[in-house]
Amino acid sequence: MEQGNIFKFHDDLDTDQIIASQYLLLPTIDEMKIHTFESLDKDFSTKVKEGDFIVGGENFGCGSSREQAPSVLKALGIQAIIAKSFARIFFRNAINIGLPVIICKDLPDKVTTGDTMELNLIEGKIICNGTEYICTKLAPYMQNILNQGGLIAFLNKED
Amino acid sequence: MGMTIAEKIIARASGVSSVKAGDIHTVSLDRIMTNDGTTHLTIDMFYNQLKNPTIADPSKVVFIIDHNIPADNPKTAASHKKMRDFARNYHIDFWEGKGVCHQLMMEHYVTPGEFIFGADSHTCTYGALGAFGTGVGCTDLLYALVTGTSWVLVPETIRFHLKGNLPKGVYPRDLMLTIIGEIGANGANYQVMEFTGEGASNFSINDRMVLCNLAVEAGAKTAIFEPDEKTIAYLNTHGNRIPKAMLKSDPDAHYVREYTFDLSTIQPVVARPDFVDDVIPVKEVGEVFIDEAFVGSCNNGRIDELRVSANLLKGKKIPEHMRFIIAPASNQVYLQALEEGLIDIFMESGAMVVNSNCSVCWGGCQGVIGENEVLISTGTRNFKGRAGDPSSKIYLASAETVTASALAGKIITADDYKHTL
Repeated sequence: MEQGNIFKFHDDLDTDQIIASQYLLLPTIDEMKIHTFESLDKDFSTKVKEGDFIVGGENFGCGSSREQAPSVLKALGIQAIIAKSFARIFFRNAINIGLPVIICKDLPDKVTTGDTMELNLIEGKIICNGTEYICTKLAPYMQNILNQGGLIAFLNKED
Repeated sequence: MGMTIAEKIIARASGVSSVKAGDIHTVSLDRIMTNDGTTHLTIDMFYNQLKNPTIADPSKVVFIIDHNIPADNPKTAASHKKMRDFARNYHIDFWEGKGVCHQLMMEHYVTPGEFIFGADSHTCTYGALGAFGTGVGCTDLLYALVTGTSWVLVPETIRFHLKGNLPKGVYPRDLMLTIIGEIGANGANYQVMEFTGEGASNFSINDRMVLCNLAVEAGAKTAIFEPDEKTIAYLNTHGNRIPKAMLKSDPDAHYVREYTFDLSTIQPVVARPDFVDDVIPVKEVGEVFIDEAFVGSCNNGRIDELRVSANLLKGKKIPEHMRFIIAPASNQVYLQALEEGLIDIFMESGAMVVNSNCSVCWGGCQGVIGENEVLISTGTRNFKGRAGDPSSKIYLASAETVTASALAGKIITADDYKHTL
């Protein structure tokens, strides 16, 4: 179990908020990551620490298919994203880059930015503010991609 | 049990006789499209992370530069060059500055029955020709390039029965925003939106594209119309393309939900900032002054929309304080507009006609708006800060409402605007 701080976001959080269009053609994810969540919190990239968590509501990551969105979060050290539901392209992109995305219906309404939580990824359990939450398990096919560290590792192994 | 058209396309692309929602299959992709929004990252991964960097079938791949074109700074230029060089090395079809990727794909590549990946969320547009197009990120795209395949979770399908016809002055754009307003921004998450009924058959391919394109704003994996004689006519006039497969849904196919929309009751609407599903009639929006107006995008920048806009604009002047930007969705559309004299009308009114590209809709370089400014747009999204400063606001509407609002300096229906003359 690894503990981290929570950064909490609203329902229908779109990928434009995670990383705005004007930064997408920068050469590398490292150059983009300092602009993460810039429209909502200019200082986000300096506040976030390795092992922290993002908590969203319904339909997290909706909108653009830009994979830069989960990639900048991973590059900033986000351990996992927990939401009531995810938009499908974001969900798939996160798994493909090896960033755990966890569906948990009960947790988001009960936590706030600044709370700390612990995640047991293998058992799908979260402990936060003294309460244990059970999360929805990934389909085995997707879990397998995630376990290998993402789709490229999966592909290199297939070869 | 029968299958929906979406299930039939997945079955065909997977080489199996039948599929059902919830199954995971490996599909052979008929086409793979990627644009300058992410391709530089795909190429970096191709060179730096793959054990065996090869491309399964370059003839199925299309590279399109449409988002930040012409390049706005040296870093963008470098990302474009990476894409240009890669396309040349691997003999990949390459388009630059000729139009928005989905418009070019529709004009030159897509045929009914195909299964297509595009590294852009609005790839769902291709359902207008009876194809299964879906948006993916750059890692999925890379896997597809290398293997020619991908894994697909078969989605459930929602059926939308479209009854009757839209009233005069109401457009497919108003209908689709109304549908999204009703079902919500995740109302079709991981599902297919299938459009059927008399209203669907009556829609042109242009109209069908407007509906399918915005399906991702309800979370849909894709949207689709059954191909018909209009589809064939479109293919004939766009390069005499041959359909991959003319598929239709079985009468006993399973639908997870069904909706009926009576088109005669639809009215002009706007989606208010900052959510595409916050939709209300234009008449109820109150007094909203605007700074900039935009007609363009893969949703609403085709000849039909340019005609509607020019028809209202003819002989009138855009107010001094207003920027009105028009971006034809492709050069084919642009040339047609030139031939019909529409560009003259736009220029004489004081509008800016820009090159065919994603332009204001994507907010990356062209027509960016400043602090607290308000944009009314035919673009695809009105998310916070999507068009510029985080404090700015975007309203989405039809080309006619956008044009009327540009002329009036505030949000108004074309009908109400005409009454003020």
